[in-house]
Amino acid sequence: MDFDFYLSTMWSVLKALPLTLEIWFSGVAIGLVIATGLTWLRASGYKLGEYFTRGYVFVFRGSPLLVQLYLIYFGLSQFDFVRHSPILWPILRDPMYCTIVAMALNTAAYSSEIFRGSLRAVPVGQIEAAKAFGMSAFTRFRLVTLPIALRLALPAYSTEIILMTKATALASVVTIMEMMGTAQKIQHDTFRPIEVLTCAGVIYLLLNLSIARLFAWVEYLLSPHLRPAPEQSQQVKPVPEVL
Amino acid sequence: MEFLNDLKDQVSTAYELLAAGWGVQLLWGIAWTLAVTMVSMLIGAVLGSLVAAAKLSRRGGLRFIGESYTTVFRGEPELLIIYLFYYGGTQILTGVARSTGSIGSTDILNMPSFLGGVLAVGIISGAYQAEVFRGSFLAIHRGELEAARAYGMSAWLRFRLVIVPQVLRLAVPGLGNVWQLTIKDSALISVTGVAELMLTANKAARSTHHSLLFYTLAGILYLVMTSISTPIFDKAERYTSRSFTRPK
Repeated sequence: MDFDFYLSTMWSVLKALPLTLEIWFSGVAIGLVIATGLTWLRASGYKLGEYFTRGYVFVFRGSPLLVQLYLIYFGLSQFDFVRHSPILWPILRDPMYCTIVAMALNTAAYSSEIFRGSLRAVPVGQIEAAKAFGMSAFTRFRLVTLPIALRLALPAYSTEIILMTKATALASVVTIMEMMGTAQKIQHDTFRPIEVLTCAGVIYLLLNLSIARLFAWVEYLLSPHLRPAPEQSQQVKPVPEVL
Repeated sequence: MEFLNDLKDQVSTAYELLAAGWGVQLLWGIAWTLAVTMVSMLIGAVLGSLVAAAKLSRRGGLRFIGESYTTVFRGEPELLIIYLFYYGGTQILTGVARSTGSIGSTDILNMPSFLGGVLAVGIISGAYQAEVFRGSFLAIHRGELEAARAYGMSAWLRFRLVIVPQVLRLAVPGLGNVWQLTIKDSALISVTGVAELMLTANKAARSTHHSLLFYTLAGILYLVMTSISTPIFDKAERYTSRSFTRPK
């Protein structure tokens, strides 16, 4: 066992963790915004919106993320208007931004399906009760539908987020030196792939486990009504005899 | 009008490129992708059922092994597992071959890329299949297992006549999902040099400089593969649950 080698590899891979987190967070955050838009489009009831979201989800869930990444990074730059556009070109010539765009578009498709499912799972009775109270559509959404739907979406959404952590490793194939890319470089330099990849694997696993914990904690915070009631005090105090 | 002419040019270049041999290459790519996916699914089915059995076992040690397997192989990036099997396999093979003296001390014995890729994707697929099998086993009515035991069926007979047919029926939708996942994971083993669809598209894109065309084609072909599998799995579901639906 070459302990120093493990430690130095761990440390080099860990130094790339901020970059991995940056890709992860930007991808997830932009994806969340797009997913919200898609869900809204789908739930709005317009036929055209529904067809668009169906097509979007079909395309982005049906093909591998790697194809989407290559298509965005290598493919789109073939268009002249992309290369001459002052807005698109700075984004699409940078492999980092391309990865983020690909991840965001991909996760938006999966997340919008999760959100659609959780919106539909909100019990009708709750919405009817809110209507009976005379709440306006917006208040109803803000106080009843959204909180319930969020809570329902959380378990599936946390799985999706973990899939995205795993997807950040794909950035290494378009030359980004995040954790996977760094591990690859050390591996090629030392030709000890098993040791190096194990080190990287431990870090990825810890990262994913902590994300899972974090979401479990948020879920716990959001569902106080589902927890068992706190221990009642053993003896019911006798009613003082006043009379 | 100019746009239409442009489109016509695009289509004719695409046709020329495909007819010049890239079309056949892409078809071979599809065949390899399907081969990789099927072999991985089979490896995954064997591993998945063993791991599911371990996770349902009464013994704590086995349960721990099963839990670790599914946690690790679902929690790691697929790319890392693939690199681990391909480059790690090369490392082990080279080490063994060097120590036995069958190759020189500076030679390298490469892991066969198909084997490495299939093992990696199969093991990942096994982790997801284990969860599917475990879920469907838990969905079998306890009463049926108890009834089988009351009839005096041996463990093997119970497994063959009661557990397997029901687990299969309940697992088909979940296996359909894992199949789709495995098709998409198979694209990643292009990094180790298996000439499946992704690598073929890559080669075509690099050597013809028509990346947009070939990546779009690859995307469409993947979409076709994933969407064709949906009706097939629907049919499998109808077949395996034929004794549970009312005849028409």
